[in-house]
Amino acid sequence: MPRMTMIEAIRDAHMVAMERDDDVVVFGEDVGYFGGVFRCTQGLQERFGRERCFDSPISECGIVGTAIGMAAYGLRPCVEIQFADYVYPAYDQIVSEAARIRHRSAGDFTCPLTIRMPTGGGIFGGQTHSQSPEALFTHVSGLKVVVPSNPIDAKGLLIASIEDDNPVIFLEPKRLYNGPFDGHHDKPIIPWSKHPLGDVQAGHFTEPLGKAVVRREGSAVTVLAYGTMVYVAEAAAEESGIDAEVIDLRTLLPVDLDAITKSVRKTGRCVVVHEATLTSGFGAELSALVQEHCFYHLEAPVRRVTGWDTPYPHAQEWTYFPGPARIGAALAEVMEG
Amino acid sequence: MADHSPLRLNVPEPEVRPGGKPDFSNVKIPKAGSVDRPPVDVPPEDIRDMAYSIIRVLNRKGEAVGPWAGTLTNEEVLSGLRDMMRVRAFDRRMLTAQRQGKTSFYMQCLGEEAIACAFRKAMEDGDMNFPTYRQQGLLIAGGYPMVDMMCQIYSNTRDPNKGRQLPVMYSSKKFGFFSISGNLATQFPQAVGWAMASAIKNDTRIAAAWIGDGSTAESDFHAGLVFASTYKAPVVLNIVNNQWAISTFQGIARGGSGTFAARGHGFGIPSLRVDGNDYLAVHAVARWAIERARRNLGPVLIEHVTYRAAAHSTSDDPSAYRPKEESDAWPLGDPVERLKNHLVAVGEWSPERHKQAEAEIDAEVLAAQKEAEAFGTLHSGPKASPRDIFEDVYDKMPPHLRRQRQEAGY
Repeated sequence: MPRMTMIEAIRDAHMVAMERDDDVVVFGEDVGYFGGVFRCTQGLQERFGRERCFDSPISECGIVGTAIGMAAYGLRPCVEIQFADYVYPAYDQIVSEAARIRHRSAGDFTCPLTIRMPTGGGIFGGQTHSQSPEALFTHVSGLKVVVPSNPIDAKGLLIASIEDDNPVIFLEPKRLYNGPFDGHHDKPIIPWSKHPLGDVQAGHFTEPLGKAVVRREGSAVTVLAYGTMVYVAEAAAEESGIDAEVIDLRTLLPVDLDAITKSVRKTGRCVVVHEATLTSGFGAELSALVQEHCFYHLEAPVRRVTGWDTPYPHAQEWTYFPGPARIGAALAEVMEG
Repeated sequence: MADHSPLRLNVPEPEVRPGGKPDFSNVKIPKAGSVDRPPVDVPPEDIRDMAYSIIRVLNRKGEAVGPWAGTLTNEEVLSGLRDMMRVRAFDRRMLTAQRQGKTSFYMQCLGEEAIACAFRKAMEDGDMNFPTYRQQGLLIAGGYPMVDMMCQIYSNTRDPNKGRQLPVMYSSKKFGFFSISGNLATQFPQAVGWAMASAIKNDTRIAAAWIGDGSTAESDFHAGLVFASTYKAPVVLNIVNNQWAISTFQGIARGGSGTFAARGHGFGIPSLRVDGNDYLAVHAVARWAIERARRNLGPVLIEHVTYRAAAHSTSDDPSAYRPKEESDAWPLGDPVERLKNHLVAVGEWSPERHKQAEAEIDAEVLAAQKEAEAFGTLHSGPKASPRDIFEDVYDKMPPHLRRQRQEAGY
């Protein structure tokens, strides 16, 4: 099986989807000739031509707005927002339009659109290259929200997103582009070539949207995570010696409630982790779901370990980023409860 | 550096407010027939003056004159007159229905009927409009059933939108009418994207974008122009300048630019200005722009100069911000009257036949209304099922929506 980084897997997913369906078009800032600032679309223009993969003006509302029009025509656009931190100019188009066109027209028009955007911190990206805005999308009816954590999922979930008939927000943790990251920023980086999830099947395959995966089986406490935090949670479990079950949600909307309840009813405890800020973050929704559906199984209050309610800092990155030590402390705390 | 007087903010004001005498002396109206008709492949830079003039066909005597005249047969013009009369009768009836409490809301296009009706006749089936809420003429002139429009307005059991949308937010893929959104200007770049898709697929269909004068201030307007310009998308970008954005006069959106059409110049887009109350001129300009787009010569911007004769909506009272007599003073007159006079002048029509047509159309609209009301109105009779609000959020209902639907009792 070919070894791929997450970048190569995303690129390969584009290749497969574009090869299979002439209606798939790819565009965004710097994605054409140059192949993207993270190289995720490298080679697509050369292979499929300028009409299938092209550079766009620097206008996020224009990128998403035109993509919606293309989807209404019958294409399957897969567009890139260079950083999730820059999606806000397109927010009106995403929330008021892409998410609602099917509903408001009673299915007369649809919006099979994928919007990719690098997300998350851990790279000294400061305020505007580190944000995790997933909660701004999980609050919007009509969207699907996907966050892969490894090359296999990145490819399988991206192909599934492009083939899905609904608008999908596809958040790519850029800290994971070249290798997994467990929050130990002082240790050398392990590349995907040395990780089993870097073994990516060639050709077409999909991973289902709306399905979580158990990354580490455990019996003491359930950790709900996605993106980079999956590895941080795994590290926290190993280092704390607490037998945590780590669930990689993969899709945040619609979320896999069955997988969550199954695990929490087994362990009786739950810690939710994400990089995004705490207040009204997606963790609040997860915590509420666990409380509603697993109340009589809970042995301790649900804990959330998240970014602080501040803009993402530069110099103080490792104080902000919820690393394995903070998660470990939370695991220990819920075990006392 | 001394001697600078304090800076002052410029806040434009209309010439007249309620109680004042309407004054349109600053609106320069060129004579009908006086603007040239360039070939469709003219370079944009050769026709920059056209963004500052107004293309007009019908003169004061009702004659069709100049190089833009003659795009329609008399029979087609008669049918156009009937389309406009239908739109007006429809508006009048739905306004009354709203006042009678049969629906929550309505928006007329009184005085702007020529624009959508004539433009639609220059399009071909398969082309796609991205309209605002004031282009009902596109549907009526396109042959969309009035009963279906009314069912949408009543949110009843036959509402094609299943009661989910505010009245007038129609949608019909089949009739080339994209689903209307309450969020202004969003459809402008969407139209450009639809046109880009048509070009990507080597199709021959074109798109038409629609926006009002006020909404040109939205960032989506600028995004639409950039993308249309960059990719030479086969799209006609229509600005309907009816002078008013609710209570805000067009000077607030236009600022120091000479005209809205002139905004196209910075994008290298050929930009025309047309008498929006002149059915024949709108049709001729639409045909020119559509032909240019269809020949892959790129986008065209059209500013339709008109006047919003009625209130902004049924929730608005224009006497609070503009003189009551202002629409009577509007120098481009009334589109229905002008086309009627033209047909009378060429011997194809008479005041008696016009009266008779009015009666026929009123009866037609009334019959449609009766049929629509048989399927219910907003507050009486059957309506769309509450169960339906959970459908079409996604292609397939996800588990959380199924749970919520059950919780709601459906």
